[in-house]
Amino acid sequence: MASVLVFTEFADGKFKKGALELLSAARKSGLKVQALALGSGAKALPFGAEGVDEVFVADNAQFDKYNPELFSATVSALLAAQKPSVVLASSSALARDMFPRVAAHMGVGVASDCTTLEISSDGNVTARRPMYAGKCTAEVSFENSPTKIVLMRANQLPVVAATGAKTPSVTDVAAPATDLHTIIKDVVKGTSGKLDLTEANIIVAGGRGMKDAASFKLLEDLADVLGATVGASRAVVDAGWVPHTMQVGQTGKTVAPTLYIAAGVSGAIQHLAGMSGSKVIVAINKDANAPIFQKATYGIVGDVFEILPKLTEEFKKLVHH
Amino acid sequence: MKVFVCIKQVPDTETKIKLKPDQSGVDFTGVKWVMNPYDEFAVEEAIKLREGGKATGVVVFSVGPKARVVESLRTALAMGADDAVVIDAPEDLDSSVVAKALAGAIKAEGEFRYILTGKLAIDDNASAVSQMIAEYLNIPQATVVSKLEIGDTSATAEREVEGGTREILELKGPAVIAANKGLNMPRYASLPGIMKAKKKVIKELTLDAVGASAADVRVKYKGFQMPAEKPAVKMLGGDAAAQAHELATLLRNEAKVI
Ligand SMILES: Cc1cc2nc3c(=O)[nH]c(=O)nc-3n(C[C@H](O)[C@H](O)[C@H](O)COP(=O)(O)OP(=O)(O)OC[C@H]3O[C@@H](n4cnc5c(N)ncnc54)[C@H](O)[C@@H]3O)c2cc1C
Repeated sequence: MASVLVFTEFADGKFKKGALELLSAARKSGLKVQALALGSGAKALPFGAEGVDEVFVADNAQFDKYNPELFSATVSALLAAQKPSVVLASSSALARDMFPRVAAHMGVGVASDCTTLEISSDGNVTARRPMYAGKCTAEVSFENSPTKIVLMRANQLPVVAATGAKTPSVTDVAAPATDLHTIIKDVVKGTSGKLDLTEANIIVAGGRGMKDAASFKLLEDLADVLGATVGASRAVVDAGWVPHTMQVGQTGKTVAPTLYIAAGVSGAIQHLAGMSGSKVIVAINKDANAPIFQKATYGIVGDVFEILPKLTEEFKKLVHH
Repeated sequence: MKVFVCIKQVPDTETKIKLKPDQSGVDFTGVKWVMNPYDEFAVEEAIKLREGGKATGVVVFSVGPKARVVESLRTALAMGADDAVVIDAPEDLDSSVVAKALAGAIKAEGEFRYILTGKLAIDDNASAVSQMIAEYLNIPQATVVSKLEIGDTSATAEREVEGGTREILELKGPAVIAANKGLNMPRYASLPGIMKAKKKVIKELTLDAVGASAADVRVKYKGFQMPAEKPAVKMLGGDAAAQAHELATLLRNEAKVI
């Protein structure tokens, strides 16, 4: 029987939101739902409540830190044995690093960063993904690919509660005996503790109009009230005000939040390429002719130093009522 | 030992994308082609390794229509790469065929210490070729690398993942390293460099010669669409206080996003 295998990422004993989105899509297909989770605590995840039929886990500290060689060899071996019609994973840093390698090993196709997904009852996939950093989109067509690997961008699929719990079979997965040439020396946690730009539902981005690094505090204050993540234009990154991890655009991150607030950003084509997929765009700029207004839903011609503190106050009032 | 670099030629970031009338792809008429920005970091890093005595030479590889792709190879030569290889191929290959072609050409070229690439090509945004080359050559990989230190027998690479978290990998023996911004500052080609690059003979190979076939693509793209037109922007008037109040109200009641 055709199956959909979901690579479920998790943290603190819970599925990540992306995994819940994928499990919802897998159930909707009506096909057998398989799930794979790697790392300590994998076995205790609520697979049954999520309607999973078959579970594969390596509940093992060996998998607590991502090692590309170890993970790709393990996942390749499992997929080669299970031959699912579809593999779903979030387009996370881990999946984007691992699945192309798995696909090459299996001789099948992989599509990263997809934004739409339909799985037919015979295990075929219709998916679209942005190309040219979002300047256009295209439909992915898998050719001679008995297993189709689809990496989905966050926040694109609805999370739907499962209707009935299942009692899945659980199979332990072991790492194949390969000679590893990769050692993970360290994992240095980021300090922000906020959602990554690519996962964020709301982004507050600053450009050169913010004048200096210290003024990004205005954006952080606004972001704190909204539960948003702060982003930046390349001009700001190049000036050294913020790290490259915060850059939105063609050579930064491609994002599609429900709300994108751009403050003091002119709207260069390379910046627009990375964020024009956002649902609602707010532009705050003192130049009424700034190109960012052409992509915006709501525009304010004004000084960021006057507007941002007032906006933070307004949102505080809303959040408290 | 040598360091190899794989580069891709892509439309310049300024390019306004136009679709073919049948939506089967992008219309490349009049497009200005450049070296993929992330690949510039890879070329720079390779040249620095040679200059620092950690590599004996830099060979650059690219797959694609020979007539245009050689321009980007010449840019890499002008920056300071020693040799270049073009694998002539049609426009619309997928990552797996490109990676197979590059792996084949790399094997034919001989021994290497590292293969440097860019973390992602800004045209198809697939970020897959580097990892696939590593799989085909059965060597380790580190992608999205913003810091690299090369020792005698191993390399330490720092890769960026979500939320500013950094993973630090030690790679033993030959490996694929996919560069991110921050790894270095790519140099501009010097005038003497450009003159020298013009005279260099670029080695030409066919897909067939490197054991790859355009018939082996696993992913094709079709039904291209431009993003839906957004309704005209709503400009908010009044003083800063009024604008801020109206925006908050609209985001809550009209757009319903907060
Ligand atoms: C190969 C390549 C790749 C690139 N990739 C990216 C990318 O990934 N992301 C990216 O962002 N850019 C990218 N760029 C750069 C891009 O072309 C622009 O230079 C950059 O986006 C400009 O950033 P900015 O809008 O912050 O600055 P500017 O263009 O300088 O705009 C500043 C804006 O702030 C406004 N302003 C000034 N003061 C105030 C104030 N007090 N209140 C309100 N508004 C104010 C001004 O009116 C102006 O519109 C790339 C460029 C190249 C060549």
